[in-house]
Amino acid sequence: MSVRGRMSGNEAAALAIRQINPDVVAAFPITPSTEIPQFVSRFVADGAVDTEFVAVESEHSAMSACMGAEAAGVRAMTATSSAGMALMYELLYVAASDRLPIVLAAVNRALTGPININTEHSDSMGARDSGWIQIYSENAQEAYDNMLMAHRIGEHEDVMLPVMICQDGFITSHAIENIETEEDAAVRAFIGTYKPQHHLLDPAESVAVGPYGVSAYVMELKRAQAYAMECAKQVILDVSFDFAQKFGRAYGLFEEYRMEDAEVGVLIIGSAAGTCKDAVDRLRERGVKAGLVKLRVFRPFPAEELAKALGGLSALAIMDRSDGFSGVGGPLGAEVRAALYSYGISKTVTTNIVYGLGGRDIRVEDFESIYGMLGSKEELPRTMYIGQRE
Amino acid sequence: MTKTNKMEGIDEQSPWRDLTQGGFVYGEGNSAFFNTGDWRTKAPVWKQENCKQCLLCFPVCPDSSIPVEGGKRRDFDMFHCKGCGICAQVCPFGAIGMEVL
Ligand code: SF4
Ligand code: SF4
Repeated sequence: MSVRGRMSGNEAAALAIRQINPDVVAAFPITPSTEIPQFVSRFVADGAVDTEFVAVESEHSAMSACMGAEAAGVRAMTATSSAGMALMYELLYVAASDRLPIVLAAVNRALTGPININTEHSDSMGARDSGWIQIYSENAQEAYDNMLMAHRIGEHEDVMLPVMICQDGFITSHAIENIETEEDAAVRAFIGTYKPQHHLLDPAESVAVGPYGVSAYVMELKRAQAYAMECAKQVILDVSFDFAQKFGRAYGLFEEYRMEDAEVGVLIIGSAAGTCKDAVDRLRERGVKAGLVKLRVFRPFPAEELAKALGGLSALAIMDRSDGFSGVGGPLGAEVRAALYSYGISKTVTTNIVYGLGGRDIRVEDFESIYGMLGSKEELPRTMYIGQRE
Repeated sequence: MTKTNKMEGIDEQSPWRDLTQGGFVYGEGNSAFFNTGDWRTKAPVWKQENCKQCLLCFPVCPDSSIPVEGGKRRDFDMFHCKGCGICAQVCPFGAIGMEVL
């Protein structure tokens, strides 16, 4: 039975960690994810979990400790944001190439500078090529649900990759929302126990983890890693299906909102999708065929599925909550356009809009104006910014 | 003691699907099975007639490629010798020559 409650995104992520009862949590505090390890250390003090909490001196050490624990054969989790993720950067790549299914609760915050503590996707977007699975949440409910699915995905034998569950700093992490949670026993039954096929503490087998790769092996190992990421797509769908069967909340690679007959659409990640849905509803009342696609899974990137979902639109705005500084927009814009191009979609005109940097608000009216622009006969700018002073 | 190579069948010709996940290496002492001999551009040649068995050469070999048994050096282990020539430099009696391959 689901239980109704109200809590913040951080509380939801921490509750998920308590129910998962991981063997190790190694974390360093950083706004806005600080509360997550804070809650976990309270669970440890209260005897509510069996977790070994490692109070490390940096995020570099947090990820290193998680890697050691996973290599030893147990479940390890951490949480971070912004500069903390940046300090983990080197190890993010190693965790993925060593195929260690660590789960990281990422609370998205702008990367310095200027120094800022509010939401932006520049931290996790910067790590998009590190080999981690990336799943984004719109609200506390999704943050909780995605956390519960993370281990089943990362630990699947076809995958064995680390997983980042992202939620927006403050907007999601600190706002109290109504949420449905699941009972401990049901969660544990869903997640199951972790039995790695190979690990350092196995007395029956000696193994070296993370050896040097001479040039004759690196490309083959990277190809295998990329293949695991390709496999992750089906595993995510399967685990999400099972989750829906057990708990009644359904998730795909992305959510399509009023897209059936949509002519103008917005593609977005994270909490602002909720704001955009309001705009879609208002526009629909006025007869505008507006739709929204909210991307949940960014790694692996569902290029083919997105091309199919978006290819019927006449105009699309791709919303990036981080600037790629490529001079041509943000990372989502680049990848979605590449997807449309490679799957032969030429009728959908696109613009790439950078918004919401450093926690800048985006309002329902902003989305209405975006849809208005998409529906007008005027030529769309290839890239643009919304919400900043001209 | 003979060791078994737990990485048997995995070499520089192996297709990507045949490598271990994450490049994990199983078993211990695997370096004995790794052919570093094919890195050589020069090969040491032991001139036994000049050798005084002073044993100055074997400790300087970075690849432990000069086996010693019963207090005497034996011929080179060419599976591991990388042909660096350090032994030839060290030998005081001209008992090691370097042959260009
Ligand atoms: S050439 Fe170098 S590697 Fe070969 S036996 Fe002499 S010292 Fe050892
Ligand atoms: S250093 Fe020269 S003489 Fe001495 S043991 Fe080696 S090969 Fe023989």
